[in-house]
Amino acid sequence: MEDVCAKFVSQKVSKARWRPPPAAALRPPDCFATGSWDNEDNRISIWSVGDLGSVGLNGEYQGEPQLLCDIRHNGDVMDMQFLDQERIVVASSTGDVTIFRHHQNNQTLSANQRWEKAHYHVDRGAACGGAACTGVICNNPEIVTVGEDGRINFFRADQKDAVRTIDNADSSTLHAVTFLRTTEILTVNSIGQLKIWDLRQQRNEPSQIFSLTGDRVPLHCVDRHPNQQHIVATGGQDGVLSIWDIRQGTMPVSLLNAHEAEMWEVHFHPSNPDHLFTCSEDGSLWHWDTSTSVSEKPSFLHQGGKSSTFFAHNTINQSVVSAWLSNDPTKDRMEITNLIPNQTLSVNSLDVLGPCLVYGTDAEAIYVNRHLFA
Amino acid sequence: MEEPDAEPPLMVVPGVDSAARQLCFEWGPAEMLVCETLFGGRGGCRRAPPRASPGKPRFLAGAGEGRPSSSSVFVVRKDQDVYVQTLRKLFNESHGIFVGLQRSEEELAGKSRKAHLVQVSKNYRSVIRACMEDMHQAAVSARDPALHSQYSTQVSILSAMELIWNLCEILFVEAAVAGPLLIRLLDWVRLHVCDVNNMVREVLSSENPSKHELFWNVVDVFVLQGRMDEARHLLSKEASANPASLTMCRVLDDLMKKMPVPSLGNMQTLTELELKWQHWHEECQRYLQDGTFASNSHMESICKVLLGDENAILEKKELLTTWYHFLVTRLLYCHPTVKPMELRFYAQSSMDLFLGGESSAEPLDIILMAAFEFEIHQVIKECSIALSNWWFVAHLTDLLDHCKLLQSHNLYFGSNMREFLLLEYASGLFSHHSLWQLGVDYFDHCPEYGRVYLELHIERIPLNTEQKALKVLRICEQRQMHEQVRSICKIMAMKALRNNRLGSALSWSIRAKDAAFATLISDRFLKDYCEKGCFSDLDLIDNLGPSMLLSDRLTFLGKYREFHRLYGEKRFSEAAKLLLMLMTAHIAPCSFWMTLLTDALPLLEQKEIIFSAEQTYELMRCLEDLTAGKSDKQKLQDDDVETMKVEMLRLALARNLARVIVKEGTLEGS
Repeated sequence: MEDVCAKFVSQKVSKARWRPPPAAALRPPDCFATGSWDNEDNRISIWSVGDLGSVGLNGEYQGEPQLLCDIRHNGDVMDMQFLDQERIVVASSTGDVTIFRHHQNNQTLSANQRWEKAHYHVDRGAACGGAACTGVICNNPEIVTVGEDGRINFFRADQKDAVRTIDNADSSTLHAVTFLRTTEILTVNSIGQLKIWDLRQQRNEPSQIFSLTGDRVPLHCVDRHPNQQHIVATGGQDGVLSIWDIRQGTMPVSLLNAHEAEMWEVHFHPSNPDHLFTCSEDGSLWHWDTSTSVSEKPSFLHQGGKSSTFFAHNTINQSVVSAWLSNDPTKDRMEITNLIPNQTLSVNSLDVLGPCLVYGTDAEAIYVNRHLFA
Repeated sequence: MEEPDAEPPLMVVPGVDSAARQLCFEWGPAEMLVCETLFGGRGGCRRAPPRASPGKPRFLAGAGEGRPSSSSVFVVRKDQDVYVQTLRKLFNESHGIFVGLQRSEEELAGKSRKAHLVQVSKNYRSVIRACMEDMHQAAVSARDPALHSQYSTQVSILSAMELIWNLCEILFVEAAVAGPLLIRLLDWVRLHVCDVNNMVREVLSSENPSKHELFWNVVDVFVLQGRMDEARHLLSKEASANPASLTMCRVLDDLMKKMPVPSLGNMQTLTELELKWQHWHEECQRYLQDGTFASNSHMESICKVLLGDENAILEKKELLTTWYHFLVTRLLYCHPTVKPMELRFYAQSSMDLFLGGESSAEPLDIILMAAFEFEIHQVIKECSIALSNWWFVAHLTDLLDHCKLLQSHNLYFGSNMREFLLLEYASGLFSHHSLWQLGVDYFDHCPEYGRVYLELHIERIPLNTEQKALKVLRICEQRQMHEQVRSICKIMAMKALRNNRLGSALSWSIRAKDAAFATLISDRFLKDYCEKGCFSDLDLIDNLGPSMLLSDRLTFLGKYREFHRLYGEKRFSEAAKLLLMLMTAHIAPCSFWMTLLTDALPLLEQKEIIFSAEQTYELMRCLEDLTAGKSDKQKLQDDDVETMKVEMLRLALARNLARVIVKEGTLEGS
């Protein structure tokens, strides 16, 4: 665990997100954003882990994250996504959705655009009529937000008004949203349902509803497999990881017992999707690795050296992916590691990109691991 | 009841004219509300946090600017440090250490246990130090003089806390014995007397140190702190720069080299050490008497210090800066094998000698003195009075309790001292808008009153988002606090209901297993249906599952919706059966029967026969029960529509009965 560096930031961290690196760059990310919650004065902060710190004797990076700039945010930061290299979309507990711009030349943050009370209860005009916006997802320039009011909003970064709004899309609270394809989105709600919405249809009804059977355990997070778009992972209130195959059935393919409390986030590794990361209210962060099954399969590409191993993963991706859908535990082993042994308070958010992991906790600390697969 | 040890300090609430008006107050968990009992004038509220000790209350909100006014409510808080932004790092990091310490409690025993406790103590100290550095940085970069002085005060408080903690670690946690005790105390002094460090740096970085005007001061500092190697290094510089003093330097260097010191590692006995010490002492004495250093006053005074001459040491008062430095230096050169229990005598006399009646002892001096006297309870008490937070005493007491040093002490109130202090600290955390989560674990480790405190505090957390409510709920559910779970769910359900989010409200009441509330919401759904003719929130009602059984009304809602679905899917006979069952099994509320019967109309009018003869009779009985139940007066009030409905139903039922008798008769006959 010596690769992990921690920094106490004097605010409870609700979200942490890597800034996407420029398309052409192969370097690992060097900058991330965090948002805080439950403070009288909440903030969006940009941190650097790259160039500013000192470099240790063996060339390894030693320093802790350095604050580049921060800005006040009205309300708890409920969700946060980078729209592009410079802009961050932030969902607030007040119902506002704001785009902040990070000016990299003079290291400042400014509010670029704001949709006030994009989510609201009965009376939008009232002082406290806003409803918490719980989730946001971007596909530049499109932005989709969901909230406690069961509403789905579609925005475009350059347009002042919402492109489309589905009122009463859900009778319970929507907890998270993600893109399935460019024209379809997935939402999860507090009664254990997964809904697919086809944006091409004008009907304000989901095109498909999937649900957990039995106890209607609320789902808190959702992520889609980066390559195989029919594979979806969700995390629920009971800490169970559910894997769904949206091509078939209306129930999850597998339910994997994981955390002891709410699973707040689930992320497939964007470029290495046989790895999955989950974090929870119980203070743990798990690394799910299905790549071990690969090594058992004959592969002439295994000739030593890290690069060839990596290549091997990609070429037989098809069989790796089926590991997520396989119901047979003996055939495809899954290796699970808890990355935080002695944590007590909730890990609210995590993000993975390349070899780097960042996560933030209610113990007011952010952690960065830059050698995830070392 | 014991009498208070000290007169409680008087706290003047600014803006209150206490001479002219009466004050009333209300106790809160961690704060107190104060207001004047006579009302008049208007005034806003502003926040102005001053500082004082946990022993004293401190006021927070003041009256309107300028003139005093009596319409203000003042919040008086007990633990003000909880609100210092930079200290949040201290609270969070030490929380982790605290929880770790409680967990490790059962596992360790014997020697490894002590080592572990020392390590824990060191971890606490490093957290204090880290916080101190942050605070120092903040002070340096602060432009505003008021802010700067505020940070500087915090730095000095933290530094005092670390000083006390370190001493307690040596004396109580590690319980160093004669020999190692002195080494630890020397480390302690070197770590904390850092006023002289700048001077040392200045001299060492100058081109020609031995010519520097402060050169001998630095040598003295090294000698006083027992840093012999460094002192000898400087002496060699003097020797090479000044050949005249070469011999003197050599002799002094030799004395310093040969000085016997207690060691931590090897098995040297105390008697052995004392013997060597005696021998070395005599040697120093000889050189002093034969006037070897007579020509150099600096070296002569150093030699006197080596001999433990108290006056010679006291002459360097400026360099010693504090009485406890004087104490340790004195021990080093007079009583290197001092036993823990002898410390109190030397400490007292050192303080008297050093202060010399010029200045009186400050709170810090009193605390350190109590520690040297091994009066643990006195240390904690003095710290509680002097420091501006509960953090220090709570954590220190807990650690000392784990060292099994506080067993015998019970308070005449509450449980024991450890628990009392932890409860106070955690209550302070709970009054903070963001740090409340930390408080939970502290309450968990208070066996006697922790749970009650937690129950009272957790209900008072403002729930502005569902996510926060979920976090609070999780805390309650993990501890089987059913009452609190119910209350939180009810609050959330009520909020959702007020926002017209019936689906959410129902979800919350199902989670709370609150049947009455579920009935209330079900009625709202049914009412909406009657008004609009269609159901809202179908996604929820269709997926009720087993939770449908929570309340009768909810069961009805679920079943009634099922009827609609069956009807929509054209499964008429199943739909009819269900509809009838809703009435005959008395699942449907009477007020809803007319709607149900009206729903039966289209089924009765279908081409094919759906209700059997028996079912039709049942339906007729239901209709008659309904109309008979109403008094004549009510009947008069019913409008024409209602009467027409009944007539239509009777007609439809009769026609259906006719058809079904014919059909059933034919079927049976054939």
